[in-house]
Amino acid sequence: MKALSAADLRRRRSLIVLATLSILSTIVFGLLQKSGQDVTYGFVFDKEWVLISQWVIGSKTASLLFGVISVAASALSYFQFKAGKTSKIASAVGSAGILMSFISWAAAGKFIPITGLLQGALLLSVPLIFGSMAGVLSERSGVVNIAIEGQLLAGAFVSGVVASLTHSTFLGLIVAPLAGCLISTLLAVFAINFAIDQIILGFVLNVLVYGITDFLYKKLLIPYQGTWNSGPTLASIKIPLLWKIPVVGPILFDQTIIVYLMYAVVFFVNYSLFKTKWGLRTRAVGEHPTAADSVGIKVNRLRFMNVMIAGSVAGLGGAYFTVGGVGSFSKEMTAGKGFIALAALIFGRWTPWGAVSAALLFGFAGNLQSVLGIIGTPIPSEFMLMVPYLATVIAVTGFVGRVRAPAADGTPYKRGESH
Amino acid sequence: MRKLSIKRPSLRALTLPGLAFLLAMFFGALLIAFSDSKVLKNIGHPIAFIKAAGVAVWQSYLALFQGSIYNPNLATPHDSLLSWGPISETLVTAAPLMLAGLSVALAFRAGLFNIGAQGQFIFGSIAASYVGFHFHLPIGLHIIVAVVAAILAGSIWGGLVGLLKARTGAHEVIVTIMLNYVALYFLMYLLSTTPFLRPGRRDPISPDVLQSARMPLLLGSNYRINLGIFVALAAAVFVWWLLSRSTWGFRFRAVGANSAAAKTAGISVPFVMTAVMAISGALAGLGGAVHVLGSDFSLTSGTAGNFGFDAITVALLGRAKPMGVVFASILFGALRAGGGTMQANTDTPIDIVLVIQALVVLFIAAPSVVKWVFRLKNLKTTGELAAKGWNG
Repeated sequence: MKALSAADLRRRRSLIVLATLSILSTIVFGLLQKSGQDVTYGFVFDKEWVLISQWVIGSKTASLLFGVISVAASALSYFQFKAGKTSKIASAVGSAGILMSFISWAAAGKFIPITGLLQGALLLSVPLIFGSMAGVLSERSGVVNIAIEGQLLAGAFVSGVVASLTHSTFLGLIVAPLAGCLISTLLAVFAINFAIDQIILGFVLNVLVYGITDFLYKKLLIPYQGTWNSGPTLASIKIPLLWKIPVVGPILFDQTIIVYLMYAVVFFVNYSLFKTKWGLRTRAVGEHPTAADSVGIKVNRLRFMNVMIAGSVAGLGGAYFTVGGVGSFSKEMTAGKGFIALAALIFGRWTPWGAVSAALLFGFAGNLQSVLGIIGTPIPSEFMLMVPYLATVIAVTGFVGRVRAPAADGTPYKRGESH
Repeated sequence: MRKLSIKRPSLRALTLPGLAFLLAMFFGALLIAFSDSKVLKNIGHPIAFIKAAGVAVWQSYLALFQGSIYNPNLATPHDSLLSWGPISETLVTAAPLMLAGLSVALAFRAGLFNIGAQGQFIFGSIAASYVGFHFHLPIGLHIIVAVVAAILAGSIWGGLVGLLKARTGAHEVIVTIMLNYVALYFLMYLLSTTPFLRPGRRDPISPDVLQSARMPLLLGSNYRINLGIFVALAAAVFVWWLLSRSTWGFRFRAVGANSAAAKTAGISVPFVMTAVMAISGALAGLGGAVHVLGSDFSLTSGTAGNFGFDAITVALLGRAKPMGVVFASILFGALRAGGGTMQANTDTPIDIVLVIQALVVLFIAAPSVVKWVFRLKNLKTTGELAAKGWNG
């Protein structure tokens, strides 16, 4: 038998983890569960929650069924791996099976609105996706961006206030990226021009944005709420035809403009990073700035630009909290979402699609927690809330494969100093 | 502006932090002035505008001073010393901050960035308060057991980070950011369980720590100042001794300065990482104990407040030196204590303190800005907080 490469070993290890988990979930959620209760899955068509169909099944049967599906899928993915083929689809089915087996167990005797669950998951993921794209843009060019939280919060604050003062969601949407860009420009100036530790810097910028927004919130937004903090919100736009697709349609294509902008951002970041000259240069500067410099790329100028774009993207994501959501700003309303976005970036191994998948996963975990919290389940909600953070710790400790940052991420570049 | 000339080296060390603080207070003043409704009303009249701005800033900073150092209005005919009472509040806030700041500073010196002081602080306060309200032990012994429990809890939570970094190379910043949230949710979970519920209450608040486990008050019941501040000062002396006088400390600093060279010299880098993070966690956990046993007495989801994060600014302002941390934590303790009074007596919210803290640290980290503003060409600054990335 030929020796496996490091990458293959890693894949094998994660497949073994998947298989073990699927067998465990079949046993724990399926075989050990007391029978006799039903779980009801509901599918709704639109936001008014009109039920179009529902599916009632014994929860033990469902857990067993999904457990067996996941075992079969992980076995299939292992055979595909042995045969040297890609096993992404089978692994995805396997993971989904484990999840459904768990949900069927946790929601025994209850009603689970599948469409609502997925829709809520997407909505929770939106700021995470914007934030993690900001992370990709900045960190792939070699500047660590811990200030995603601050950029989101600045975007949320400024867009909320401007929309409220001008009664215009459009203006609110325009200024949000500018606010994020302002914070990231500070990051760029201090990190690139002054070569200050980017982790410390990002941390301090977060504190600064927290301080300024908390201060102005108490001093202006609360006392003068009518003028300063009661902004309009964006209406959702239905994409013709597409939104009528059952289940998927209302989730993906009946959203506000911010969500559509998010699709565009994800597409463009992924496309440009891997298919354009700019993307190639960005990656070169993030991995080996000296080599990039030697072929004439202006390392620090490119980094500066990327960090500014990153801040704008995160700032736009911030608008989702105010004009894209409730309209008014509330104190520290990003509530650590910027750090989960950072977690998604790392969990997704600094790639756009990886980060998006991780953000969706974290959004799903968050929403599943709130849905299960409402219907009442055996798992304390606090443990569900820990999932993104624990998953990231497990990811960086290399349990399911080594996570590697861009090689020059966080290292200031000065011509003539080799790294 | 005249060039400042500084001769004594000890004074020179204070120049940069001092000027950074002045500059931060100046920006804070701008923020206060430009968000004040009375000031903004006079925006068309330059003289009235400046006057109103001056009044707003003066009142706010006066209240800040009165809440942290000296307030003549507090004196009573029987006891004029009460006007110095705010100092007690400053030191009560400074004690946990000092311990958490020492935690971050110690890790810094070994080349590790401990953002996890918050989580370690939380675990320390959980352990200390649980021992404090659950067990019945004699006076004296009870405090010791509670404090030791907090130290252990903090050092396990911190040591875990060091172990993960040593074994797998997982970056401590990522791990500690994530573990802070895990600690917070764990605390919230505990507060929903029976042992941590206060009898008769359904909201997440623990029973009060028993009298026998509370830090003894130093100046009677008029002042909240307690043994905690001396615990914190003793810890500062310990960290100074550890770093400057012990073999272990030498190894810690060697790893911090150049881990590859330290490894070549025969120092076990994985062991040092684990040990540093464990001691660092112990200090933050002790901070949690001092806070819960000294002034808060019960556990809520907000017990740790912002201590673990303020600790980072304290360590940075104190340039990761024990002496520096002592002064920095008293300064920020004063800002916190005074900020409360300021918020109660004037229109200025306490959150201005966060802005000042962030700016101070930003200016300390970027001395070029301070040098440029104050025209100090020959002020020497050292780059001890050199930049490192995720792979460093």
